[in-house]
Amino acid sequence: MSMVLFDVPGPKARVRHKIMAVVGIAAVAAALVYVVMRFIVTDQFTARRLDWINYKQIQLSLVEAIGNTLSAFVVGAVLALVFGAIFAAARLSDHGWVRAPAAVIVEIFRAIPLVIMMFFFYYGLPVAGVKLSAFTAVVISLMLYNGSVLAEIFRAGINSLPKGQSEAAYALGMRKTQVMTFVLLPQALRAMLPTIISQLVVLLKDTALGFLITFEELLRWGTRIGGDAVNFGRPMIPVMIVVALIYIGLCLLLSWLATYLEKRNRRNKKVIKRDDNKAEMLVLTGDAQG
Amino acid sequence: MRVRTLAAVLLTGALALTACGKEGSPTDQPAPAGLFEVAKDVKVDGSPTFEKIKARGELIVGVKEDQPGLGYKDPTTNKYSGFDIDIARLIAAKLGFDPETKIQFKTIQSAAREQALINGDVDYYVGTYTINAGRKEKVSFAGPYFVAGQDLLIKADNTSITGKETLKGKKVCSVTGSTPAKRIKEEKLTEDGNVLEFQGYSQCVTKLLNGEVDAVTTDDAILKGYAAAEEGKLKVVGKTFSSEPYGIGLPKDDKALRDKVNDVLQASLDDGSWQKIYDGTLGKSGSSAEKPKIDRY
Amino acid sequence: MSVLTNNLDLFLRAFGQTLQLFAVSAVLSLVLGTLLAALRVSPVPVFRGVGTTYVTVVRNTPLTLVFVFFVFAYPLLDILKIEPYTAAVVSLSLYTAAFVCEVVRSGINTVPVGQAEASRALGLTFTQMLGSVVLPQALRSVVPPMTSTMIALLKNTTVASGFAVVQAGNIREQLADQGDNVLIGLLWVALGFVILVMPLTYVQQVFEKRWSVAR
Repeated sequence: MSMVLFDVPGPKARVRHKIMAVVGIAAVAAALVYVVMRFIVTDQFTARRLDWINYKQIQLSLVEAIGNTLSAFVVGAVLALVFGAIFAAARLSDHGWVRAPAAVIVEIFRAIPLVIMMFFFYYGLPVAGVKLSAFTAVVISLMLYNGSVLAEIFRAGINSLPKGQSEAAYALGMRKTQVMTFVLLPQALRAMLPTIISQLVVLLKDTALGFLITFEELLRWGTRIGGDAVNFGRPMIPVMIVVALIYIGLCLLLSWLATYLEKRNRRNKKVIKRDDNKAEMLVLTGDAQG
Repeated sequence: MRVRTLAAVLLTGALALTACGKEGSPTDQPAPAGLFEVAKDVKVDGSPTFEKIKARGELIVGVKEDQPGLGYKDPTTNKYSGFDIDIARLIAAKLGFDPETKIQFKTIQSAAREQALINGDVDYYVGTYTINAGRKEKVSFAGPYFVAGQDLLIKADNTSITGKETLKGKKVCSVTGSTPAKRIKEEKLTEDGNVLEFQGYSQCVTKLLNGEVDAVTTDDAILKGYAAAEEGKLKVVGKTFSSEPYGIGLPKDDKALRDKVNDVLQASLDDGSWQKIYDGTLGKSGSSAEKPKIDRY
Repeated sequence: MSVLTNNLDLFLRAFGQTLQLFAVSAVLSLVLGTLLAALRVSPVPVFRGVGTTYVTVVRNTPLTLVFVFFVFAYPLLDILKIEPYTAAVVSLSLYTAAFVCEVVRSGINTVPVGQAEASRALGLTFTQMLGSVVLPQALRSVVPPMTSTMIALLKNTTVASGFAVVQAGNIREQLADQGDNVLIGLLWVALGFVILVMPLTYVQQVFEKRWSVAR
């Protein structure tokens, strides 16, 4: 924690901070108590509204829903990585006729909302006689959008490597493809791993957009069980809390993987120091998609 | 190593959870017994859909899952029940497929029905699917197997809404892309901004119970199912302002299958099995229904 | 082309709604995000904890889930009734605020500590230091990623399609109702977004280039 804005606190400031801390805790506690009170007053946690968790069939359908979310994530992630690698290479090509269309495609797919892409593949394409399942529509959209962002990340990663790397490789008599696949890409991949993984967290969250095109994923499962009036009296609140915890858990697990890899990476002496600015900018840039 | 341990813990946790689950449903209904006699050696000449079904060995039927009494999937048992479901089972039986084992129900939302049939995701669709000219351009219909009418669902203590003329200034909820939603907008029964559209009727009913909308509008059959499920909190106004002939949605160019399904429906109307299905499902709401007249086009 | 020309008023109205939703949510999320950033850099540990918790929770939750919560779950608590439009604004603002917060915070952190220390040594007051030394420098590294966050927000307004809020994402439904070609319609919608986003991307790249030289 760097303290850019504030000086090291003196005795008076310390007292003031303590008072503010007490006030802050009180405010947070009050807000929490109020919310919990609302939960209790409106009977959100009655036995009937929590009963759903006991049923075998519901647990199985939950596991299945998580499975659907994860398989969309895994397939989407693999495709996006491949798409990203290809288009990053294309954007770094020496030939203008490869570079220009690749740049246009990447820019366009980064500008179109994922929801519109999903609608296009699920509701639009059948008009032209192409039939896609909700899963396929979700996965293709995730590939196009996140692949485009990843292409930019790869490109930034390769650009951030010292020029000497490619120069040395060329001096050894390697061809362009060899320089890219054996020298630049492996280093860029390793250097950009944390950034790539945080983009994959975005991809994981984006699977929930499948909800809008009736893809049977975790969120849709939640609205289905949460809206059940016949058996459980609409347990929307408890169900949504569980669904949110699962999403947060999965995302944190992925982020934790990112930190773990970063740490392991740092121990590895082979990594070449690079210019970090561009990369960090991209993390912030690519991250905000929902 | 730590990753593997974590995975192991998660897996064991999941197994432990599933191992101690309750079976059955908190609102157990007995399954309809012996209504459907499976026909043998059925042939539908010239039907590509039927050929596809036979090659697959089982039926895939599009239905709804969030309409108690009509098309409802019990999340505790994963079993579908209701009037539409039983009609789908009846057709399956007469096409020569055991409705207990050879039929796979697939939930399709209103807005995606035509697409599901065009895509071939389902062989036929039974789910409050109103026959109209616009839809006939994309799919074909057998039936009607039921004639419903658009009505309003309101809170039990609401006295200000008595029919469609009293909707001005009230918030009305319905489902995206559905006929009732379109009618409300076309007839300007309420102001444009007061029509809310969601993906399912259960979401609308939630909004009605919260008092965020004043009425939910769709076919009376659907509304009665919800009124019954909410134990006296809601009521149906009871003045229908449309006629909604429910049809079986079929792929567009399969006249052979359409004729076959029409024959099945006609037979069920004549031999009393239609009435039995109605009495076992929608009839429980206390309302009677007139038998529909099959429209062969 | 006829899909666009025949429904021009529909397209204009829907994109107008999108822009309105975007503008309101942008202002709210900027305000809330800056407040959160203030919490996250404050010298009081409790405030920092609150800010960090908020950002961690929200950044790891799908936006669609936030929407579902405010449209279908929140009303059950019977606190204050909100319209679907308000629910959309609240969801988008609360969600985007977490990202705005991160951008602002990392922007402030890029300013070397020595800058603030030197200002204090010169006797500048807190506001003077913030206004003439720290913020102008922080702004350089904030504007490009902030533009991206706002682009993301603009695109994210389409999530409201499933929650009874009219905007560009609903054009498909309207066209389907009328029996128009949905495929062509969606291409026009996509083009609309490309047209809206491209200038922003361009501005962002210009700033990025100009200011990366200065550092």
